[in-house]
Amino acid sequence: MKISFPHMGTSHIAFKHLIEHLGHEVIPPPAPTSRTLDLGVKYAPEFACVPLKILLGTYLEALEKGADTIITSGGVGPCRAGLYPYLHERILKGLGYDCNIIIFEPPLYNIKDFFSKIGYILKTGGKSWRQFWREFKTAWLKLCMLDDIEILSHEIRPYEVEKGYTTRVYKECLKVIDQAQTREEIQAAKELCIEKLKNIPRDPSRNPLKIGIIGEIYVVLEPFMNMDVEVTLEEMGVATHRSIYLTQWTRQNLIVNTEGSIYKTAFPYLKKKIGGHGINSIGETILYARNGFDGVIQVAPFTCIPEIVAKSILPEVSRDLDIPVLSLTIDEQTAKAGVQTRLEAFVDLLQQKRLHGGLNYGSFSGN
Amino acid sequence: MKPTIGFPATLFYYTDAPFWYTFFENIGYKVIFSSATNNKTLDAGIRVTVTDACVPIKVYHGHVIALKDKVDCLFIPRYVSLEKKETFCPKFLGLPSMVRSSIPGLPEIIAPDIELGRFFSQWRFCSELAERTGVSFAKVIQAVRQAGKVQKNYLRLLRQGYIPQKALKLIKGEFNAGSPNRQGDLNIAVLGYPYQIHDSHISVNLLKQLKQLGVNIWTMEMVSENMLRPYRKIMAKNHFWHFSNRVIWSLFYFLNKGNLDGVIHVTAFACGPDAMVDKFMELELKQRKIPFMPITIDEHSGEAGVRTRLEAFVDMIRHRRQYQ
Repeated sequence: MKISFPHMGTSHIAFKHLIEHLGHEVIPPPAPTSRTLDLGVKYAPEFACVPLKILLGTYLEALEKGADTIITSGGVGPCRAGLYPYLHERILKGLGYDCNIIIFEPPLYNIKDFFSKIGYILKTGGKSWRQFWREFKTAWLKLCMLDDIEILSHEIRPYEVEKGYTTRVYKECLKVIDQAQTREEIQAAKELCIEKLKNIPRDPSRNPLKIGIIGEIYVVLEPFMNMDVEVTLEEMGVATHRSIYLTQWTRQNLIVNTEGSIYKTAFPYLKKKIGGHGINSIGETILYARNGFDGVIQVAPFTCIPEIVAKSILPEVSRDLDIPVLSLTIDEQTAKAGVQTRLEAFVDLLQQKRLHGGLNYGSFSGN
Repeated sequence: MKPTIGFPATLFYYTDAPFWYTFFENIGYKVIFSSATNNKTLDAGIRVTVTDACVPIKVYHGHVIALKDKVDCLFIPRYVSLEKKETFCPKFLGLPSMVRSSIPGLPEIIAPDIELGRFFSQWRFCSELAERTGVSFAKVIQAVRQAGKVQKNYLRLLRQGYIPQKALKLIKGEFNAGSPNRQGDLNIAVLGYPYQIHDSHISVNLLKQLKQLGVNIWTMEMVSENMLRPYRKIMAKNHFWHFSNRVIWSLFYFLNKGNLDGVIHVTAFACGPDAMVDKFMELELKQRKIPFMPITIDEHSGEAGVRTRLEAFVDMIRHRRQYQ
C-alpha cells in the first residue's frame, strides 16, 4: 500500500519511519502551503475549523502524488476532530477518489477495532506483531527525540547571537534524525543534534520576557498554521514555552488520563471538561501566571468551540492573576504580517509592564 | 414571600421549559422567564460576549442581563448529556462559567450539572438538584416526578405540530388553539436547533414566512425518540452532540417517510457542530436529489434577505414539480 497521513509539526518524520519499517511505501505528507489551504477551503464546509481544511488539502495533495491509503485518528468528542476522518472520507469519495481511509479511534473506545486495524496493516505489509512492537518502540523513541530537540531549540533561540542561526541548525538536525534508522543510530543522532544546538553562540546576559503558548493542539503544533509564532517571538528575543507537545499529549491521553492537576487548577473558572484543549488553556494560563511568566498567547482556529469558551473565560483569569493574554484567532484569511504586528505590540506592552511593574493591562483580543 | 428564580427564555427553554417551570414551582420558587428575544437583548448580549461566539450564545447572555436585576437567583444549568455516548456542544458545557466570567453583578447562580448518561443517573440528578437548591431530597423527587408528567404532555403537543410558544400556552391553559393547520401544497423539513428555529427574532420570522408561502413545515420536535430509534445507527459514526444527532436522525426519518419536497437547514454563523451536520446533510441530499438550502443566521440577518431566499427556494421546488 502507498500510505500517507496528516502533517503535524515534525511528527511525520517518526510516522514515516514506522510505516516504512512495516513494509509499506510512504508518500510523506507535503508540508502545508497556501495551495494546500486553498484546496482544503474549496471542498471543506465553510465553518469547519482550519485544521479540517488543511488536512483535507494535505490528503488531496498526497492522493495526487499517488497515495492510496490514508491513516488518521478519530476521537470521542465533544470536539469536532473526532468526526473529521468520516467527513473527509465522504468528501473524497464524493470527489471521485478511490482511497482507503484507516481511522484509529482511541484504544479504550473500541479495543477490538483498534487491534484489527493494526493487524490489517501488518498483514498487508507482511510483518509480525513482534516486529511491529519493536518498530513501534523505535518510532516512539524518534518521536520523543523530535520533541526533545525542538524544546531545546526553543530554549536556545532567544539567546542566539546571530539571528536565524538556530533555525538553520535545527533544520539540519531534523535531516539527521530523519536518516537515523536503528535505535543506536537514533541515539547517536540525538547526541549529535544536542551537541550542535549547544554549540550555537549565545549571549547569556539577556533577560528575555517569558511567554506561554496555549491553545488548540493542531494550530499550536503546526508552524504553517500559527504563522510560526514561536520562532517569530524568539527571534524578537522572547523566551516561549509551549504547553502542548505531541508525545506529552499522547503519554497523558492514550491510555489513562493524567492531566488531573491541570483540571484541578482550572476548577475555580471552569468546572467541566469541554473537549479539545479548552480546559487546558485555562489551567495552563493559571500555571504560567503562578510560575512568573510575563504573558500568555492563545492560538485557536476560528470557530473552535472549546477555545471560544476558554476565550470567554480568559479575561477573568487575566484580571485575577494579573497576566496579560493575547488571543489569536486563525483562519484561512490570517496573514503573517497581521500576526507579526500584534505580536510586536504585545511584546512592547509586556516590556512596559515589566519596566513599570504592577500595572494591569488586562487581556487583548486578537481580532 | 416566595424567592424568585430567573430562567433565560432561550437554548433549552424551547425543549425543557415546562419541566423546569413545574419543578421550581413545586419546590417553592416563583419562576420568572425573560421575555422573547428583541433588539435590546441581542445588543446587550453582543456587548459582553467574544466576537466569534455564535448568535444563540450571545442571545443567552442578553437574556441573562435582562433578568439579573429582577430576580433573587438565576437558573443556568450545565447540560452535559441526556444519554450515554452523547454530550452537548462545548458551549453548553461551559455556559455557567462563561456567563459568570462575562457579566458582572450577577445574583446567585443555580447551576446543576445535567448528566443523565451515567449509572444511577436519575438518583444523581435528583441529589444534585437537592444540593444546589437546598431542598430536601424527598421533595425534589416528588417535584421531578410532577415535572416529568407535564414535560411528557408538552412533548406530545410538540409532536402534534404545535410550535413551542403555542404548546407552552396550551399547557398553562392560557390559550385554546385548534389543531395545527397543514393546508399547504409543499412539505419542507426545516431542520436546525430549536433555539434557532423557534426564536423568531434571530431566525427573522422564518417559519411564519414559510407558512405564508403555502408550506407545511416539519421540524425535528415533531419526531419522538421512539420514531427515531430505527435511524440511530445510520451514520458511520454518530455525532457527539445531542441536538445534532436529533437533526440528522430526523432528516432520515423524514426522507424515509417520503413526500418531502425540500429541506432547509437553519444554522448559526460559525456554529461548530453545524459545520459537520450541514456538510453531511448536503452530501446525503445531493445523492438523493432532494433540494436543500442552508440558511445561516447571525446578528445581522435581515428579514428581506431571508425572504428572497425562501421565495426563490419555494419557487424552484414548484417549478421542478411541473417537469416531473
